[in-house]
Amino acid sequence: MTLVLRMIAQRLALGLLTLFVVSLIIFGATELLPGDFAEAVLGQAATPETVAAIRRELGLDQPFYIRYVDWLWGAVQFDFGSSLAQRGRPVADMILGRLGNTLFLALYAAAMAVPLALMLGILAALWRNSLFDRVTNSSALSAISFPEFFVAYILIYILAQGGWFPSMARMPASADLGEKLYRSFLPALTLTLVVTAHMMRMTRAAIINLLSSPYIEMARLKGMRPSRVIVHHALPNAIAPIVNVVAINLAYLITGVVVVEVVFVYPGLGQLMVDSVSRRDIPVVQAVALIFAAAYVLLNLTADVISTLSNPRLMYRK
Amino acid sequence: MGFLVFLFWACVTLAAAIALAWGFRKLAAAVTKGEMHRALRDAPLTASFGMMVIAIYLIVAILAPVIAPYPERMIVSTQFQPWTAEHWLGTDALGRDMFSRMVYGTRNTVGIAFATTALAFLIGSVLGLLAATVGGWLDQGLSRLVDVFMAIPSLIFALLLLTIFGTSILTLILVIAVIDSTRVFRLSRAVTEGVVVMDYVEAARLRGEGLVYLITREILPNVTAPLVAEFGLRFCFVFLAISALSFLGLGIQPPTADWGSMVRENATLITFGDITPLLPAGAIALLTVAVNFVVDWQLYRASGLKE
Amino acid sequence: MSDKDILLDIKGLKIEGKAGDDWLPIVNGIDLTLRKGEVLGLIGESGAGKSTIGLGAMGFARDGCRISGGQILFDGIDLRKASADKLRRLRGKRIAYVAQSAAASFNPAHKLMDQYCEAPVRHGVMSRAEAEHDAVELYRKMQLPNPEEIGFRYPHQVSGGQLQRAMTAMAMSCRPDLIIFDEPTTALDVTTQIEVLAAIRDIVEQFGTAAIYITHDLAVVAQMADRIKILLRGDEIEEADTRTMLAQPKHDYTKSLWAVRSFQRETQAAPEGQPVVSVRGVSAAYGPVRVLDDVSFDIYARRTVAVVGESGSGKSTAARVITGLLPPIEGEVLFEGKSLPADYRQRTRDQLRHAQMIYQMADTALNPKLTIRKLIGRPAQMYLGLRGKALTERIRELLHLIEMEPDDFIDRLPSELSGGQKQRIGIARALAAEPRFIICDEVTSALDQIVAEGILRLLDRLQGELDLAYMFITHDLATVRAIADDVVVMQQGRVVEQGTKAEMFAPPHHPYTELLLSSVPEMDPDWLTHLLEKRSKQGMPAPGAI
Repeated sequence: MTLVLRMIAQRLALGLLTLFVVSLIIFGATELLPGDFAEAVLGQAATPETVAAIRRELGLDQPFYIRYVDWLWGAVQFDFGSSLAQRGRPVADMILGRLGNTLFLALYAAAMAVPLALMLGILAALWRNSLFDRVTNSSALSAISFPEFFVAYILIYILAQGGWFPSMARMPASADLGEKLYRSFLPALTLTLVVTAHMMRMTRAAIINLLSSPYIEMARLKGMRPSRVIVHHALPNAIAPIVNVVAINLAYLITGVVVVEVVFVYPGLGQLMVDSVSRRDIPVVQAVALIFAAAYVLLNLTADVISTLSNPRLMYRK
Repeated sequence: MGFLVFLFWACVTLAAAIALAWGFRKLAAAVTKGEMHRALRDAPLTASFGMMVIAIYLIVAILAPVIAPYPERMIVSTQFQPWTAEHWLGTDALGRDMFSRMVYGTRNTVGIAFATTALAFLIGSVLGLLAATVGGWLDQGLSRLVDVFMAIPSLIFALLLLTIFGTSILTLILVIAVIDSTRVFRLSRAVTEGVVVMDYVEAARLRGEGLVYLITREILPNVTAPLVAEFGLRFCFVFLAISALSFLGLGIQPPTADWGSMVRENATLITFGDITPLLPAGAIALLTVAVNFVVDWQLYRASGLKE
Repeated sequence: MSDKDILLDIKGLKIEGKAGDDWLPIVNGIDLTLRKGEVLGLIGESGAGKSTIGLGAMGFARDGCRISGGQILFDGIDLRKASADKLRRLRGKRIAYVAQSAAASFNPAHKLMDQYCEAPVRHGVMSRAEAEHDAVELYRKMQLPNPEEIGFRYPHQVSGGQLQRAMTAMAMSCRPDLIIFDEPTTALDVTTQIEVLAAIRDIVEQFGTAAIYITHDLAVVAQMADRIKILLRGDEIEEADTRTMLAQPKHDYTKSLWAVRSFQRETQAAPEGQPVVSVRGVSAAYGPVRVLDDVSFDIYARRTVAVVGESGSGKSTAARVITGLLPPIEGEVLFEGKSLPADYRQRTRDQLRHAQMIYQMADTALNPKLTIRKLIGRPAQMYLGLRGKALTERIRELLHLIEMEPDDFIDRLPSELSGGQKQRIGIARALAAEPRFIICDEVTSALDQIVAEGILRLLDRLQGELDLAYMFITHDLATVRAIADDVVVMQQGRVVEQGTKAEMFAPPHHPYTELLLSSVPEMDPDWLTHLLEKRSKQGMPAPGAI
């Protein structure tokens, strides 16, 4: 048991270390900026005096490591400095409401996608090579191949034109949960379709791999019912692979969310990031990138810990 | 109503696709011989459909100037013209011929995605082969570096780098290639590790063979098959990533004709019930589906032969 | 025999396997009858279809296989016509199965006891409490250590030999009428194998269970079976009761199986001059784990040193030290009196050339993408500088040497060869370097016995013709007897005994050598009985306690 705790502690430490290095990359990447941060802000019209002034204001006259430590220390307290594009506005303010919206959308999509994908994946694996398997597999393969914006626009074309669902997902702060769910249904559905396809295929592969193991054959040869073979013999061993599949795909949601938010003009972090990239508002981009990366690292970490806990080889040593 | 129309056209398209795929398989099997002939003859319809689509895209990309009725960037009419005999798919937000831009888009979008994938493969597979063959600190160093890079979601990383380096086609290719090469590295390293532990590689090492001989003669021939399949998959990812960036306005920049940005520029039409902006998006989807179908078939064949 | 006694009656059983889009026959019409309480041995080399028949006797075919013809009557029930549900009720309850790899066949997520109780409880034979009580009884009968407690462990917490016994106990849980044993001891070391064999035989006798015992090892089946059926590529060769079969095999194929154990090379002259290779006080470790401890032995020209031991004894590690793959932490390796650099990367081309290696698995030892011309040609080209016509000539010469026709084989790929032919190419590749010394790492253990015999004879002939020194790594004492001049016995990284073959096989022995020697099954059907009697008289530890 202590060994498991040690392993989990190790994973956590590794996750923290990864986050640290990621933050270093995200911050350090701006050092690669051709020319200077300050020049980038002011554009071509910069005079040497204004450049010098802004350098002081942004602390660019400090050496790299001091700026990094300052930034990181701020980030830990959810203070990301102020925006370049909207001078003086704290980045944290811009992020706060949007972070909630994005999380809401991701959870909404996940709540639909995970059960659907696991069910389809398991059924396809059980009825391998059946018509059901072939159809779901081909559809999933197609869905994976569709760009998110294609899926989004098809849904808009079909579902929003008839006026069933709004194609613009504005989220007034006053809206209650039902209203929110209704307004963000199309973006959530888009994400669900794309993620389900990936997740279903991976689940299917994981289960098929599992079902070919000798202990499953043994359970059959012991005369166990097919349902018991699945529930009692396959599922306990499937936790680790399935958790990994889920984690990988939830992480994929992070990427999908950016495009989908833009299509539906959904006020989330993804939109903010895209806008900030085109405005070259570097502090905002850094902050959002760090949040997305942290979510990604955290997801993988959780999956890791759950798989460790589900493995009797690690839980009970010799 | 919209839904029923959609369903109808979906069925018609599916039927046409099946018929075409069947015809293409007959044709392909008729003009080939030997092992190739056998493989093509027994290929599933999905795969022959995929090969047909890829072939068509290739032809269009190569012959773009011949096929397109108007030049890529010329404003030929007023904006948002409907479909006419003159402008088959109407005109875009600036009054350029939509069909011609679709045709040129094949060349631009697919070409850039292909170049990017090739570059990603060159970087990723060379480093992966080296890391797994040499081992030791080189392997450790590269693997940890890749781990860290992969801890940042690729689209987010791409956005970050594009903010910094700006959005030109060259930076786009370089940025996406570098990010994607981490995935290629992972795979090629894993595949190579499976080969490196083989006794024949040990025998070659004990014979005193050099690194170049080891990699080119003993290892490479045994990892090509999975790497080729991976190339198809990676191409799909790169293609989708570049399209997504272009759609976001951060990838291939106007006035270059490109499918992702064409969707973005003309998206407003969709809310008015005009499906024209969906066509470039559909073109992206169709090619990705096609490549996926072919890769799936190849992977299935490889696993089937092994058993 | 009366019909009432017949438990299993199989007629004209045909099973096919899927290869691509075609169905190929695996079993072509086998008849098999088994009376109550009788043990039938199914013997055959790889590809004989024996496991497929074993599963077929349960009305079961693996994915990608199908039963395509014949009739399977179990106690009057036609298994081919029975519904899936009816079959399910028979399996585990009246017909049980013991798989080759217990480690893979126990579900890693559940304790042994839960897996034991599953069949009796689910089939309604007894309650959970009764089943648990019964399990402890059977574990005790199977001579498992701590029978009260062992059931509450997970499979990974139990050793291979114990797991195999636990699996037999599990198969017995419903007191079935028939058990299929599918190579239950093949994956075990000889000293462990004997415990499992004894336990299985005991329990089958006690409960009067009928069994089909599948194996490729004649000596093992001689201990276990009342009758033996010999299979070759899905066909029956012959069947007789065990003693008759051992004494008077009728068919030529059977006779050839019997004869392979007879090869023994001539006694060589005593060693002269300095040894080709000397291992001096070598210790080696993987990380902090010491796997070799002060190992020394010499290998002379025209002589074969057999290094014998069970898995984990360090015999393969010794080879890795000699070849320079694993530099030792102490000691050194001398080649013709001169010290060799510890790491192969520091050795000269000539030093590398003179120590060649032949591997156990010819499949992984030959690059599947290179033709035989390239495989054999490369060392000759590299070490001896042969090019063009001279190189082709040399390759042809080498192929003649290993008794393969150059014109037929020179441009083939390894996938176009049989297992034995691949191993011959492995030998030719070693010879192409014109070495003084060859390490043979379990070169015959992946091969069928007749093929293995051919390889041993070939190696013996080559040694005489080319003045070679061999180091022969093996776990199989029959191979040692056939080919060795000197023997080194290893256990847990140490040399426990060494000497000439004559010294080794004649008493007095080191206790471990004694255990090893006495554990090798012999063709005598009474061997196991006698051995167990002898061991209990001498007060050797009971099998379960090891």
